[in-house]
Amino acid sequence: MKIESPRQQGRHPFPKFQKTMTEVAAPADGHGHDHHDHPSWLAHHFDDAEQQYDSGKLGMWLFLVTEVLFFSGMFCAYVLYRNRNPEVFEFCSAFLNEKLGAINTGVLLFSSLTMAWAVRASQLKQTKILVGMLGATLGCAAMFLGVKSVEYSHKWGIGLLPGRYYVAQVENAPHAETNYLQMLCVIPAILSAVFLLYYVYSLVIASKFHQRVAGPLLVSGLCFFAGVGLGNILEGGEHHDEHGAGSHAHDDAHGHAHADPLVQGVATAEKATVETADEGISFVKTSGGPVNDVAVTKEEEGIPNSKVNNQGMAGLFFSIYYCMTGVHAVHIIGGMLVITWLIVKASREEFHSEYFGPVDNVGLYWHLVDFIWIYLFPLLYLIT
Amino acid sequence: MADTHSHTADAHSGDHGHGHSGFSHPMPIWMLLTVFFALLGLTFLTVFQAQFDLGNMEIVLSLLIATIKAGLVIAFFMHLLWDKPLNAIAILSSLIFVSLFLGFTLMDAQGYNERLIMDPNGDLLERSQPKGSLVKKSE
Amino acid sequence: MSAVTSPMTTTVASPDKSPEHHYLNHSSGFLSWALTLDHKRIGMMYLAGILFSFFLGGVFALAIRIHLWNPNLDPEAAWLSNATYNRVFTLHGAIMVFLFIIPSVPAALGNFLLPIMLGTKDVAFPRLNLGSFYLWVTGLLFFTYTLFSSGIDTGWTFYTPYSIESKSAVEAATLGVFILGFSSIFTGLNFIVTINTMRPPGMTWFKMPLFLWAVYATSIIQVLATPVLGITVLLLALERFIGIGIFDPALNGDPVTFQHFFWFYSHPAVYIMILPAMGIISELMSVHSHKGIFGYRMIAYSSIAIALFGFLVWGHHMFTSGMADVTTIVFSALTFTVSIPSAIKVFNWLGTMYQGTVALNTPMIYALAFIFLFTIGGLTGLFLGALSTDMHLHDTYFVVAHFHYVMMGGTLVAFLGGLFHWWPKMTGKMFNDTAGILSAAIVFVGFNLTFLPQFVLGTRGMPRRYASYVREFQQLHQLSTIGAMTLGLGLLVAGLVLLHSLFYGKKAPMNPWGGATLEWECSSPPPHDNFSSPPTVGDPYDFTSVEYDGKTGSYFKKKK
Ligand code: HEM
Ligand SMILES: [Cu+2]
Repeated sequence: MKIESPRQQGRHPFPKFQKTMTEVAAPADGHGHDHHDHPSWLAHHFDDAEQQYDSGKLGMWLFLVTEVLFFSGMFCAYVLYRNRNPEVFEFCSAFLNEKLGAINTGVLLFSSLTMAWAVRASQLKQTKILVGMLGATLGCAAMFLGVKSVEYSHKWGIGLLPGRYYVAQVENAPHAETNYLQMLCVIPAILSAVFLLYYVYSLVIASKFHQRVAGPLLVSGLCFFAGVGLGNILEGGEHHDEHGAGSHAHDDAHGHAHADPLVQGVATAEKATVETADEGISFVKTSGGPVNDVAVTKEEEGIPNSKVNNQGMAGLFFSIYYCMTGVHAVHIIGGMLVITWLIVKASREEFHSEYFGPVDNVGLYWHLVDFIWIYLFPLLYLIT
Repeated sequence: MADTHSHTADAHSGDHGHGHSGFSHPMPIWMLLTVFFALLGLTFLTVFQAQFDLGNMEIVLSLLIATIKAGLVIAFFMHLLWDKPLNAIAILSSLIFVSLFLGFTLMDAQGYNERLIMDPNGDLLERSQPKGSLVKKSE
Repeated sequence: MSAVTSPMTTTVASPDKSPEHHYLNHSSGFLSWALTLDHKRIGMMYLAGILFSFFLGGVFALAIRIHLWNPNLDPEAAWLSNATYNRVFTLHGAIMVFLFIIPSVPAALGNFLLPIMLGTKDVAFPRLNLGSFYLWVTGLLFFTYTLFSSGIDTGWTFYTPYSIESKSAVEAATLGVFILGFSSIFTGLNFIVTINTMRPPGMTWFKMPLFLWAVYATSIIQVLATPVLGITVLLLALERFIGIGIFDPALNGDPVTFQHFFWFYSHPAVYIMILPAMGIISELMSVHSHKGIFGYRMIAYSSIAIALFGFLVWGHHMFTSGMADVTTIVFSALTFTVSIPSAIKVFNWLGTMYQGTVALNTPMIYALAFIFLFTIGGLTGLFLGALSTDMHLHDTYFVVAHFHYVMMGGTLVAFLGGLFHWWPKMTGKMFNDTAGILSAAIVFVGFNLTFLPQFVLGTRGMPRRYASYVREFQQLHQLSTIGAMTLGLGLLVAGLVLLHSLFYGKKAPMNPWGGATLEWECSSPPPHDNFSSPPTVGDPYDFTSVEYDGKTGSYFKKKK
């Protein structure tokens, strides 16, 4: 029944019209006639598998084009403000933990590898490998988010917030009471519990399909917490003890080559202040006023590096930082949803050498997310 | 029905031969792994490079490394090397339009940079109304 | 079954074997529409939604004009308070741009026609297509929310810093725009893929009707430009939610950059509006002149050229916003180049009519109105693109008149022409041609009466977006208001003509105008799968291949 493929000029002339005659004869039966010359995975308006595949792939590439342009807006903001106030970027980048960034880069690169491998497995109809690779990708994504949660919550705790909410960094500032990390972990914890139940259930009913789906989900839930754990360790072992004492505001930079960011920041500031004045590009006010978002008020005058360490300067950097990494993280979450969908389909053994478009296309999307991170990492974390 | 098509699979798993009838094109594992380790190596390189103060060269270098990495991802993981040229054109054109966008915007920003008002006391900022606001303040 | 049957090449000279079966009665019930994947039904749903938005925007427009009947020198005594007036013109602009004009031709007519003209069953991604429609509906809901909460008063351009401070519902509006943007992106993406991968054998690039070239060019812009709008309004929303400061001068942000972001989308967006309209005109001109299109390739290429060049000129909206001097000069110069491909098209349309057998029916009258109005609109754009004159004219009624000539006189009039042209195909009903011509005439007169005075007002210094004006301007403003009423009347007549046809119209023949493109080869309205016999792809503008049959009132492909 199926159309064999001696492609003439690349495509069958009018296979789609072969059935129109039947349809005219029996107009009422709608789509019902379609399946006798189209396999279920081939949508009725496509002539053959290759056309369907090519369409899907072109569509995905075009979507990636829109993604690139979407991100370009934030890159534009980045370049603009970095160009204008390089000293701000130097000052702020020191608050970002290079190690965590590097780890996350590695995690994403690895997930790209597993994703690419998954595509291969789907083409070769190696269902077990396929599910495994998709699961690994999902796990990496979760781990990435785990590490990111540590980074975010740590910054929120010490007031490294975007724009208007930025709190100037002072020595001996008290830590915020809220434990943001716990808040970020609530949803993953619930999800992990659900996945655990689901996994147990799948064991109980001994359904191979459900086990194949539940396994990777559960693992990825755990990966999130592995990421959190890893992040916490690298964020500095002393982290938790110091919290109570409220002694030191940021340990991001501890444990690697950087000096303490404030000290270092003060050093740059001496340079920077002069520069800023010379270039005449600063709106920063040094006395109070109605627009005191950027003002350095009397009390704050003691703040080191006050020209940079304020809402209009460092705050702006963190706005850009959160926008870029936040939108990126949203893409990761979106990617996790579609990968989950793929795992379900893969567990049903739906993919084969004529129908692997979904895996391929999600793969493309996933690599793009990696692609963006490849730029974000040096641009945000590695400024010296 | 579907299983009649798996014949394309095995024949091409080992190499990147062309001219086969199917459209699936599995990447060999060694290639995936090589690319991955190259990416990992480049990541180490860029982290390592960031330890030194290279001045202006630093941003150039780190972007260069990032671009090589991005190129590897696109060419191999995303399979663009073996893809329809149209897809490559699409993604390249996006880069062209991004550079257009960034180019003009930043060129302009560079140009009016010197006109930004130095305003250490915030007086001007306080007094001036936003320029574009023909819409009068209501409320 | 597995053998490839040779395509049927005989043409069906007799009406369909089962004439009663078409996409409208293919299935019934609310869900058969709400969940349909048929591009024709999706197109019709878009059409309904778009006409509704147009009506909504039109009500605001009339409110503006009525308010401006008087100079309102005493705001207390005015019909609308200043604050309300700001909301009214903003909602008018935003609804017209984002909800009506951008989706109008591509999403409504394009959805209906593209697969049929191409000779395929559907667009490449029918589900995504339906998704786009629902995104559009969601956008509409956001705007409705905006409307019923505190409105929005920033102007459709959302310039910062005012849009950051404004007390109106900017968040809802920006999120609405964000969603509408994605609706537009997915439509464009769908069309590009459809045209690239779904063309049937024989349908080469240069056998495609020019409408498809235009829609293709439009889709390129939609895919490349709209994401930037997305990130712009997203950042603006974040600006309001969490004060990120990227565009906020109070936080060292840069409002000029906001304008760059916004116009990087919005200038290309004016080509999203006009290109498909130009595509319609190319079809209308040749079909109703019964003469092959003059300069097919030039028109096709110029569509693509417009799409690409359109990305180089956005700065002409910002000449007085504090851009650097060099940039203004560069953008001004580039602006002039982009008018060349537009002019090419105008000359080609005129060349098409020359020595043709011009049938002066409703669609053609609209098309002629388009040429006249668009030419004025385009030429006045040149005054605005020239640096020195723009310094004077920027943000005056001259700009208002300019963009209404191109958007309303151009896109809307072409849309109406296209609607009348394809109405018999879409609904299977013929409308009353005389009444249709009457509507076109009233629209034409009313339009010019509304907007010609605005050019004069603008050159004399009447600023746009003002709720009051000095007495000297009153006569011209009143003229404009009278024009607006006339225009409204004309549109009402047009609407009634179409509505009337639905109930009392004659059954439309397969090919009432004598078009040679594929949509005229399937019955009116088209069957569910578009063609009951495979279309033979020929020259879309070869009018020697069709002949009139007096008995059915329809044209038919000549037998070879
Ligand atoms: C043919 C070539 C065209 C040229 C040279 C041109 C030029 C311009 C210029 C320079 C402005 C800015 C005026 C100012 O704000 O001072 C402008 C405004 C505008 N144009 Fe055009 N234009 C052209 C065609 C079009 C078309 C085809 C459309 C839409 C279908 C359009 C829609 C608009 C709109 C909506 C605005 C005002 C935007 C706003 O400030 O709210 N233009 N045009
Ligand atoms: Cu423009």
